[in-house]
Amino acid sequence: MTELVTLTIDGHEVTVPAGTTVLNAAASIGITIPVVCYHPHLTANGLCRVCSVDVGRRLQAAACVTLVAPGMVVNTQTKDVRLARRTILEMLASAVDLSEAPHLQDLLLEYDADPERFAGFEQRHTPVYDDNPFYIRDYNKCINCWRCVQVCAEDAQYTFALNFDGRGFHTTIGTFMGDGMPDTTCVFCGQCVGVCPTNALKPKRQAMLEEGYDPDDIFRQTRRGGKKKRALVGE
Amino acid sequence: MVQPATIDMTSVEPVLARYRGRGRDALLPLLHEVQAVHGWLPREVLEAVGHTLRVPLSDIHGVVEFYSMFYNEPTARRVIRVCFDPACHMAGSPAVRLAIEERLGLRPGETSEDGSISYETVPCLGMCEHAPNALNGDRLAGDLTPADVDAFLAGVFPEPEPKIYGGPLIKLARAGKVNPLSLADFEKYGGYKGLRKAMTMTPEEVLATLKGSDVLGRGGAMFPVGLKWEMTRNAPGHPAEKHVIANADESEPGTFKDRALMEQDPFGLIEALTMAGYTIGAENGWIFLRGEYPRCYARLKNAIDKARAAGYLGRNILGRKGFNFDIQLRLGAGAYICGEETALFEAIEGKRGFPRIKPPFPTTHGLFQQPTAINNVETLAATLSVINIGVEQWHKLGTPGSPGTKWFCVSGRVLRPGVYEVPFGLTVRQLIQMAGGVIGNEIQAVLLGGAAGVFIGPRRLDTPLTYEDAKAQGFPLGSGVIMVFDEAVDLRDIMYMLARFFAHESCGKCYPCQIGTQRQLEIIERILRYGGPRPDDVIALRDIGHTMTQTSLCGLGQTAASAVLSAIDRWPELFAPEAANGRIRVR
Repeated sequence: MTELVTLTIDGHEVTVPAGTTVLNAAASIGITIPVVCYHPHLTANGLCRVCSVDVGRRLQAAACVTLVAPGMVVNTQTKDVRLARRTILEMLASAVDLSEAPHLQDLLLEYDADPERFAGFEQRHTPVYDDNPFYIRDYNKCINCWRCVQVCAEDAQYTFALNFDGRGFHTTIGTFMGDGMPDTTCVFCGQCVGVCPTNALKPKRQAMLEEGYDPDDIFRQTRRGGKKKRALVGE
Repeated sequence: MVQPATIDMTSVEPVLARYRGRGRDALLPLLHEVQAVHGWLPREVLEAVGHTLRVPLSDIHGVVEFYSMFYNEPTARRVIRVCFDPACHMAGSPAVRLAIEERLGLRPGETSEDGSISYETVPCLGMCEHAPNALNGDRLAGDLTPADVDAFLAGVFPEPEPKIYGGPLIKLARAGKVNPLSLADFEKYGGYKGLRKAMTMTPEEVLATLKGSDVLGRGGAMFPVGLKWEMTRNAPGHPAEKHVIANADESEPGTFKDRALMEQDPFGLIEALTMAGYTIGAENGWIFLRGEYPRCYARLKNAIDKARAAGYLGRNILGRKGFNFDIQLRLGAGAYICGEETALFEAIEGKRGFPRIKPPFPTTHGLFQQPTAINNVETLAATLSVINIGVEQWHKLGTPGSPGTKWFCVSGRVLRPGVYEVPFGLTVRQLIQMAGGVIGNEIQAVLLGGAAGVFIGPRRLDTPLTYEDAKAQGFPLGSGVIMVFDEAVDLRDIMYMLARFFAHESCGKCYPCQIGTQRQLEIIERILRYGGPRPDDVIALRDIGHTMTQTSLCGLGQTAASAVLSAIDRWPELFAPEAANGRIRVR
């Protein structure tokens, strides 16, 4: 039988199996700790730190990667916790375009974050890459959550088409020497598009529909070769 | 420089052949070696590297992009690197850079038309006692003036040696007395005495001695070394699956203490690591050295080769059956974050230097997820000194709470900057006096602990430098930095450089540090250069500082705002809107 651990979260006692994260322990009693980079099916890396909570230590702890401990006292909404969350969200809004990230828009509102607070400082600007018939990459909307890199590598596909350019603030998602997707090992499985939280990766058809293209036009542009291949299989 | 149409692979092939069959952990050394061929890493070379080590090309690209000293754009074999951080700045680096730029006709980051020389301005090169300093390829230069630039560029300017003062010299006892390239010299001056003595004891006895010595980690984290070694020893695993690592990625602006040992007494580090291997029961030793320490690399490599040839490394060391230990020397490539222990593991494993989430801790899940004891160079030197002089003598040095000696890096506006080995307990004022006192009329401020440390004003100069006082008074000893600023220095300039350093060195993994270091830099830059402070700057800097300190993933982000926050507390006038333009002197 799994060992059980009892801890207190926002004044409520909760008992969960050892090895549970603070995030999931809180969720089990209906306390939602906000997350940005976290995805339940992927390796948690503790990147966004928006899930940081007070666990009675000198520094806050990221709930998605902190395991419960007996007698732990967790506070998910202290003044300091909320200030850090608000500041991270404000900084994020100043760095990239969050207009197509409804979850982040909600969080900005919930934490009284002023998206204009750091306006005027450098933003991460990249070209929009439209280099294949399946998806468009607009890293101006990318928050570096790493999900696409992870599904492309050991978390799912083992394709290793994606990695990083640069370092620090200037980190963006990149391919080998900036090659276009058709020239990489990409197999166009679409999992990166599926896990992207901000529409930085967007299905090409969706993008074209939003731009008002005629469905027949979209069909022609995104099914290059498709019909021919099907005909061959039928023979 | 224009990219050549075809890349000549004939000189690359023999290098690749030597690496065939090896895996990803050989990536950094291989990239260093093949980069030496053309001066940079063209696509064809990177593809061949990926093929040789069986590493995905996207991952190799990520690694090359991460480390400042790897280039995937045409760059010359010879790179001129001039330091632009505080100590060098105060000593005249801007004038030297100007002279170099005029002479070469290049701006920072540019390569000459003929592809023979590249020029860069870089963060602290760890030679602050010879400020302003620079590297010409692998050749060191210090105390430069604009008049020296021709000799420097021609490669005939004399290379400076570390300056070591203070006393009693315990950990640096041999420095300056021995030829750092000679094993015979080392042995003559007590070398390998400590290892032999340790081998007359059981590993448990060595551990007990070290625990009794109260040696705390000298890299900044102050973890008790005896406990760390014991935890690694007790972690399950065969000695062949355990590691001891010397963290020699000394890169924090104002820090140059470990270089003194590695350049003057490199065998001392080899002996200390070997003793650690004996005590912990680990067969794998590593030294991870920052990429900007070419002479340390040469001297350490020589020391390892000679120690191995003499039977001090290898199998059955000193005839002791079953005592196997060897050392791999690894060179970083321009990334301060790799001094963070888990990021250092990632670098050895051939990855981007992203710090890992802790726990699990290195003592059980370190390099290659195996039990690892990783220590700062000075800490390792301290363990050897404890064994050599004994716990009793060790405790006679320093204070009851902080026994032994500490290396302090005294730099900036003092007469005799250098590494000062002194017992714990001296005050900041005493150390500055020992260094000949302040240049200029009076001390305006002192940066304590490092770029991640705090500023103190003249009123706190009588603070004793001990662990207990540091804790009680809320200042970090850090890497032992004591950088002195006289009344002529604009502290906002210094803060700008510290902020620039952290923004440049942030790995980009966690959001608070990735964006926070950038915004902190931009706010300070605006205060300094574009019209002075705005009313909401202090609150913005405080919020960013709070967020980075409280929620960053690793120590870099947690301390990146430390110096700035200390300045806001001490000298609010620096950030007051009425202080708009012009130089500000704090009281």
